[in-house]
Amino acid sequence: MVDRPLPRPSPLTEPFWNAARGHELHVQHCQDCGHYVFYPRYLCPDCGGDRLEWRRVSGRGTVFTYTVARRPTHPAFADRVPYVIAVVELEEGPKLTTNIVGIDPESVSIGLPVQATWEDTGDIVLVNFEPRAR
Amino acid sequence: MTGGTAAIAGFADIAPRRDTGDTTVMGMLSHLAHMTASDAGLTMRDVDGLVVHDTGSAMGAVVLVEMLGLRAGFVDRVSHGGATGAAMVGRAAMAIATGLCHTCLCLTASIQHRPFRGYAIVDSSPTAEFEEPYGGSGPNYGYAMIARRYMHEYGLTDEQRALVAVQQRDNACVNPDAIFFGQPITVGDVLASPMIVEPLHLLEIVMPTGGAAGVLVTTAERAAHLPHAPVPVLGIGEHVSHWSATYAPNLTTSSVKPSADRAFDMAGVGRRDVGLLSIYDCYTITVLISLEDAGFCPKGTAGRFVEEHDLRWNGDLPLNTHGGQLSYGQSGIAGGMSHVTEAVRQLQGRAGERNVAGLERAFVHGNGGVMGEQASLILGTR
Ligand SMILES: [Zn+2]
Repeated sequence: MVDRPLPRPSPLTEPFWNAARGHELHVQHCQDCGHYVFYPRYLCPDCGGDRLEWRRVSGRGTVFTYTVARRPTHPAFADRVPYVIAVVELEEGPKLTTNIVGIDPESVSIGLPVQATWEDTGDIVLVNFEPRAR
Repeated sequence: MTGGTAAIAGFADIAPRRDTGDTTVMGMLSHLAHMTASDAGLTMRDVDGLVVHDTGSAMGAVVLVEMLGLRAGFVDRVSHGGATGAAMVGRAAMAIATGLCHTCLCLTASIQHRPFRGYAIVDSSPTAEFEEPYGGSGPNYGYAMIARRYMHEYGLTDEQRALVAVQQRDNACVNPDAIFFGQPITVGDVLASPMIVEPLHLLEIVMPTGGAAGVLVTTAERAAHLPHAPVPVLGIGEHVSHWSATYAPNLTTSSVKPSADRAFDMAGVGRRDVGLLSIYDCYTITVLISLEDAGFCPKGTAGRFVEEHDLRWNGDLPLNTHGGQLSYGQSGIAGGMSHVTEAVRQLQGRAGERNVAGLERAFVHGNGGVMGEQASLILGTR
């Protein structure tokens, strides 16, 4: 049995994973241009500014695109097929990679309203998304 | 290139210290980028070139592009030990003289810890931290998500994607070196092959093989005195924008466009002037999006385009005459080079039965990562 790949937080990314442990979604916010930034950076990729602060965001977004894996994309996911890998666009702007859960894969569509939901894997809590009312 | 075309306009240092604290190499390179651009009175928005050293990760350079939000016409990684810094400036000057970029950062950084601490030495890759935990491993899922989004925005049928695989297989059937030589397929075969990552079927995805490909480049002067007809490099272009599809500036309009535009501009020829397309084809969707972004058909029309044109070696617009990697085989890093060697073979008139008649120019395109790293060539016969 192959272990599921799990994050190894760095000093840069620890605030994200610490917040996730408390079931809160935090992303960086640029004090220079006002953009939200994901994944964590040292400089804002929109304006190049170096004043990034962590902020709690809504956890609400929509499915920007997705695929249903009918064959495992990694050996650790062999017993999960079919599963949905997706890009979710948060209301605050940033996009992130995630799994869509709590819905039949056949029913997922681009534009589906979703909200963050939490998956405890031990030391790390991962953020998945599930359907929400519009 | 002529001397004096490029000049250094600013610099920055992070002074030596015994312990660099919690930062990482990528962290230090990011801050140095900001400091260096600021010193020259510029911001990251003004930067379109990047040269870094070996950061310990095969995708270090492209991840730094992604982290800094650059859209770069020139990216390089130099590994020349103590000569690296000087060599970087030379590379940047060449890139600027040729017009590949106008403002290029050359960055070096190293971290130090007392006592030794393991974790901060190597940056954890954004992919390992934010994608692989969700099954985001390997390239398949990214291209599947591109295909899904493209179908949503522009409309594209499974049959149209399958046509790409079928026509390239027909080409492989006149190439005895192709891994699928002698095995023609139909659209029905493609759609009946196992679904791997929706909407992509098995026969829309390259099969890994082993092999090699290489070319020799010399001066036009010397080439004129060698046994085979010279194939001048008439135009080149590059563009690097992202590593992961999730952070692509645009998922369905790729950085093929600026790369191809630059190559065509440099060559001074138009799309109608090329008689062979040799376009990277890791997946069927890659070919369709590349055809649009390289300017061979308007955005959103590639599906119709492959229905209306015969893309086989003897058709009206020959594409991937060796079979493409989908049917010739993808021998790792040599897979992309096979698009170059096939174009040279064709232009030199050495492609035998499948040689395109009267061929004068070819468009060659390579695609890396998940459509975030692009390189284009215009090759000719004179
Ligand atoms: Zn900003």
